[in-house]
Amino acid sequence: MIPELGHFALILALGLALIQASVPLAGSYSGNRNWMNMARPLAWGQFIFAGIAFALLLQAFLTDDFSVVYVASNSNTLMPTLYKVSAVWGAHEGSLLLWATFLAAWGAAVATLSRNLPLQVVARVLAVMGMVGIGFLLFMLLTSNPFDRIFPMPLEGRDLNPLLQDFGLAVHPPLLYMGYVGFSVAFAFAIAALLGGKLDASWARWSRPWTTTAWIFLTLGIALGSWWAYYELGWGGWWFWDPVENASFMPWLAGTALMHSLAVTEKRGAFKSWTVLLAITAFSLSLLGTFLVRSGVLTSVHAFATDPARGAFILLFLCLVIGGSLALYAWRAPAVSGGGRFDLLSRESLLLSNNLLLTLLTAFILLGTLAPLIYEAMGWGKISVGFPWFNTMFVAVTPFLALLMGIGPWTRWKQDDVGRLGRALWVPFVVAGLAFLLTVVFMPLLGDGWFLVPIGIGLAVWLLASHVLVVRDRLRHKTSPGAFFSDLAGNGRSFYGMVLAHLGVAMFIVGATMVSNFGQEKDVRMSPGDAQEVAGYRFVFQGVRNERGPNYIAARGHFQVFEGDRQIAELWPEKRNYFASQKPMTEASIDWGFTRDLYVSLGEPLDGGDWALRLYYKPYVRWIWLGAVLMALGGLLAITDRRYRLARKAATLPAGATAIRS
Amino acid sequence: MKARQKRMMFIGLGLAGVGVAAWLAIGALRGNIAYFFSPSQVLAKEAPENAVYRLGGLVVKNSLARQADGLTVHFDVTDNAETVKVSYTGILPDLFGEGQGVVTKGRMGPGGVFVAEEVLAKHDESYMPPEVQDTLKTAHAEGIVKMASQDTNPAGNPALGNASPDQPGRVAAGDKP
Repeated sequence: MIPELGHFALILALGLALIQASVPLAGSYSGNRNWMNMARPLAWGQFIFAGIAFALLLQAFLTDDFSVVYVASNSNTLMPTLYKVSAVWGAHEGSLLLWATFLAAWGAAVATLSRNLPLQVVARVLAVMGMVGIGFLLFMLLTSNPFDRIFPMPLEGRDLNPLLQDFGLAVHPPLLYMGYVGFSVAFAFAIAALLGGKLDASWARWSRPWTTTAWIFLTLGIALGSWWAYYELGWGGWWFWDPVENASFMPWLAGTALMHSLAVTEKRGAFKSWTVLLAITAFSLSLLGTFLVRSGVLTSVHAFATDPARGAFILLFLCLVIGGSLALYAWRAPAVSGGGRFDLLSRESLLLSNNLLLTLLTAFILLGTLAPLIYEAMGWGKISVGFPWFNTMFVAVTPFLALLMGIGPWTRWKQDDVGRLGRALWVPFVVAGLAFLLTVVFMPLLGDGWFLVPIGIGLAVWLLASHVLVVRDRLRHKTSPGAFFSDLAGNGRSFYGMVLAHLGVAMFIVGATMVSNFGQEKDVRMSPGDAQEVAGYRFVFQGVRNERGPNYIAARGHFQVFEGDRQIAELWPEKRNYFASQKPMTEASIDWGFTRDLYVSLGEPLDGGDWALRLYYKPYVRWIWLGAVLMALGGLLAITDRRYRLARKAATLPAGATAIRS
Repeated sequence: MKARQKRMMFIGLGLAGVGVAAWLAIGALRGNIAYFFSPSQVLAKEAPENAVYRLGGLVVKNSLARQADGLTVHFDVTDNAETVKVSYTGILPDLFGEGQGVVTKGRMGPGGVFVAEEVLAKHDESYMPPEVQDTLKTAHAEGIVKMASQDTNPAGNPALGNASPDQPGRVAAGDKP
């Protein structure tokens, strides 16, 4: 009975979404305040019913209700409780339910935190979110109902895919989905603005914290996914340019561009139509990502067994959203263009270049990801695009991005002059040049990477020096030692957030450069007692023993790692075999380090107690994810800026006062 | 007018930059794509001799053989019509298995053995890479056509097509009781 209640809750949520998408919108045109006022409670209602459905599915997992197909295919009585919870979003139907629940949650959050917005705007924003909600709820109810029953009921479930029985993957999808779905808010604001024909600074100020919040989730979600792939897949790589990874990276790039472009729209009123276009793009790319993952049109390590009806539905939905919003854009955008003028050398120009480069990178990745589909559609054969191509494109664009990123924070709005910037920036430039030369001399590397390492290190130092100095410059008139903290408590948060996020980029550059060029990997055959040397570390293999886990049996290897004569680590890699699915699963063992990781993964058993093994040395690999964490922290600092709190306080003023202020 | 000219110049430069970048990117893309071929296509010499491509199909049961060094494995990949031997040095992905779909990337080596640099792992056991699925469908369809043409071609193969009464032994062998 309980699963039927879940199904029913979903239908009710869909019903509420249908009303949410229509009545407040109609009210916003006819000026009917009662209709517009319905938007907030409806958004909450949709969230409550989606939440009930989610809770009931969770309950089915926790009580091992294998009469539900989805539970029977993805759970097992032996599974630890944590993975029973994460199994709720471990496969297609449940992850869609999570998606729809998050969407409704964002809607409810907008309904709650929008007291300072004009009622008309709230009604339109929530109506657009209701439309998106209809799409996802309908998709779930028509093609992928998580509450479908099976008869006769199996006695035991098929277990969750062992790859997903891991803490990293329990947390990764929710963060990623929060990010994806979060861009629907920026999208809804953009569409509402187009509907109203009024795009101004206050619109940008409302959108900014929402966009940044979604971006924070997406940043953490991608970083966690990359970290998971690194330690769980046992290949030692942190990014594979797999279609599904690209599908998450493209909205991130578009979202990053959007954040920067929103800054210009808020401060200077420029780039309005471009900002709207980016908001539409970021959300469309999130939907495209769903399509690519769920339709199975591309070969990917993430691809799941799929059903063509699902692909067709998402494609239709994608066309409606993209086509509809672009048509609206073409119709309304000419009316909202224009804005402040600016000089060739100005902060606007630098942010425009940032946007151009990020868009270019997004376009490249889109091209590489969709090229196999294009080739197939044109009858040119079945292809895959190589890993090196994506790397080349990424490495060709990002140095320019980093170079400009060091200049951007120094420039002034509207116009600036070369002499002033030169005086401000010569120090970081010289320091970065020195770092470049020192790298050439002290970290010689032959082959293709020889110039990449100095460039990477040089750019990271350039970013560091430029941002440290820009902080000093901001505080130069404040003599008290606590100036920094009072600035942080005062108006400075978004500034320091920017600095922190940019330093995160510098950290990422160091990590990616070092691990790509100095990482070492060895596939070897070892007998118990054998030793192998990788990058000056000696790995001694002590053999393998069998051990039993809760729902698997594992061959557990034992390694001692020596640096010189000193033992610095013991590693315990595993090869697991899960009872229910009978699938083997490699668990790598990693010795964590701030400047290097040592990594062992078991391959296959050979005769006589020998094993095929992989040994890795990964210098600075953690900096990649720490960089992403810094970026996310920067975003967090920015959304707590006093400006947004003031904006909320201003809500108590009469509506006329708000209009004058903006 | 001056501001307008500046803006036009800015836009022009931007567009030119994007154009050049796109041109370079597409040029580089051509050198970096790997085509997909089925074993039948490889044996029909449709695949390039000296380029990297992808070969996919099902791993033939009981064909996995480990070589003396312990790290090199040989296995056969089939589309149920033709079979190609593949050699791979390194550690196979977890979900690699005989009788399952696989996609390998590499180039043809001496003696008709395909030397793979990469063996694609699957995420889910019921998942089949779309290329492999198509390949099997095509090969299956061709197989049916081949069988059908044999069945309906009594002139070409009278013994199988029309069992004549003076060859009772063949009929017995063909029709199991």
